[in-house]
Amino acid sequence: MTKEFLEGNEAFAEAAVRAGLEAFFGYPITPQSEALEHLSKRLPELGRVFLQAESEVAAINMVYGAACAGVRVMTSSSSPGISLMQEGLSYIACSEVPVVLVNVMRGGPGLGNIQPAQGDYFQAVKMAGHGDFHMIVLAPANVQELIDDMVLAFDLAEKYRTITMVVADGSIGQMMEPAELPPMRPVRSPEERADWALTGADGREPNTITSLYLGAENLEEVNLRLQAKLKDIAANEVRWKEYQTEDADLLLVAFGTVGRICQTVVRDARERGMKVGLLRPITLWPFPGERIAELAEQVQGVLTVEMNAGQMVQDVRLAVEGRCPVAFYGRMAGVVPLADEILPELEKLAGRPSHSSTVKGGQEAQ
Amino acid sequence: MATVEIPQNMELVYDYPQSLTEVDTHYCPGCTHGTIHRLVAEVLDELGVQDRTIGIAPVGCSVLAYKYFATDFAEAAHGRAPAMATGLKRVNPDAVVFTYQGDGDLAAIGTAEIVHAANRGELITTVFVNNAIYGMTGGQMAPTTLPDQVTTSSPTGRDVKTAGYPIRMAELIGGLPGAVYVTRQAVFDVRGIRRTKRAIKTAFRAQLEGLGFAMVEVLSTCNTNWGMSPQEALEWAKEHMVDYFPLGDTKVSDSVRALTEE
Repeated sequence: MTKEFLEGNEAFAEAAVRAGLEAFFGYPITPQSEALEHLSKRLPELGRVFLQAESEVAAINMVYGAACAGVRVMTSSSSPGISLMQEGLSYIACSEVPVVLVNVMRGGPGLGNIQPAQGDYFQAVKMAGHGDFHMIVLAPANVQELIDDMVLAFDLAEKYRTITMVVADGSIGQMMEPAELPPMRPVRSPEERADWALTGADGREPNTITSLYLGAENLEEVNLRLQAKLKDIAANEVRWKEYQTEDADLLLVAFGTVGRICQTVVRDARERGMKVGLLRPITLWPFPGERIAELAEQVQGVLTVEMNAGQMVQDVRLAVEGRCPVAFYGRMAGVVPLADEILPELEKLAGRPSHSSTVKGGQEAQ
Repeated sequence: MATVEIPQNMELVYDYPQSLTEVDTHYCPGCTHGTIHRLVAEVLDELGVQDRTIGIAPVGCSVLAYKYFATDFAEAAHGRAPAMATGLKRVNPDAVVFTYQGDGDLAAIGTAEIVHAANRGELITTVFVNNAIYGMTGGQMAPTTLPDQVTTSSPTGRDVKTAGYPIRMAELIGGLPGAVYVTRQAVFDVRGIRRTKRAIKTAFRAQLEGLGFAMVEVLSTCNTNWGMSPQEALEWAKEHMVDYFPLGDTKVSDSVRALTEE
């Protein structure tokens, strides 16, 4: 295999095809429409299913239907579209059918803008819909990771019969860089579909897929099963990357695009003689809190940098539990923090350890 | 099921449909859902498609329909059954897929989904039960509640000036090019029940022949929330509902006509 010059949105769409995607249902929204356009050409060529829905509400319910049939299915969207899909996500989570979706995040709230942002962290990690559930959330920082995460997303969704969301942002979706696509996997034959799938009750008892359990004890039983599964995922699927943490006495925590920028910050800071390391969560849920707690014993302070008003920093603080100061720096609404802005925040943390939280404009985020 | 020996010189003319489970339903005494369930099951039996049928239940009184049909079934979010059916059918083209929806589900919250599924000519069948009220949530005004009809959320009667008009879905869906067979029937008497069954059979045959989207709107009653006896409800429906919701076909494509004239 060789590297090609690939655009993020087209790359994740093609990676999904090669991972065995059988059906895509979606609705156009910037900044991810290139994925839908790529699949509108590619899937029919391969005799697979592509359908442009009338709304994100319809799209996620088409995905739900196809997932009930036991096929590899996905959708992709961007922030306002994901909000519309939350109803479906809750039903899918309770029904325990595997679904993959991509959120190429843009600036919000509301219609916001179409610039890269990370304001949907809470939505992805804490409140993907009503009721008690979590999705597995993967956060790539470059086009290659986006490709690799797509393949992983399908495998995890099927292994745990759950939803896996890949959160990119507008810049990862839109940028072009050299990357390698995975080999083409064979598509599953209808005979290989799971025994719970809805395919018609030919020679077996009928299958039912529902998220309705009228008895309190029945529904609690379902919830206990879901929670046990989430515990299993949390124990086995936490992923992150570390850069120069071995001797670090200051730790940066950042994900996605700004996680990549923080690699530059580590280099710049070390040139100035500061021992800075970076932890970049790959799974936002389950969150690498245990590793952050370990590092908090080693470092003098933690700086969390996000493209939002301070969302992941709450999980960092929960992990650190006061072992050391945790500071925050963020830009919102499509403004990407630059290495030059982040470095002074680190210096501030090194010189004046305190629970400072800075959002541009001097407002406290926490 | 208990088996009964049929004496010689007699033939079996009435039996329990294979496509229904032997479970007592939760429907109120006098409710017509049981009748309509049975008609759908009889049609599935007669067409020999029970083992490749997938139903989609709505949110509303028939939310538990999956317990009563002996076929694969999914339970959809409110109004989303046609979208879910679209996903299921597109990846299971050999399956027979139907939605069973009430008026709140199909004609209020799910209007976009039914219109676009029909307009795409999805190869699914929709059984739309219209009883002019929200039954399960306690008798509130539905999109099909008649003008001046009293409900728990239109206590002085539906005022069309503020609440709008009852929506005629068979006419609306019949106007879409992707729909090949759309009809409105009623289960208020034996004649209507027989006609409804014929319509449901045609709607499933349209799917089996790959002709396009088909919907049967079935006028129904809700004696509980209308505050009437079952018999009074049937009479009230005949007297008032049919005026506003005229019975008959709103769309029969040439392909469906050819099918029924065979």
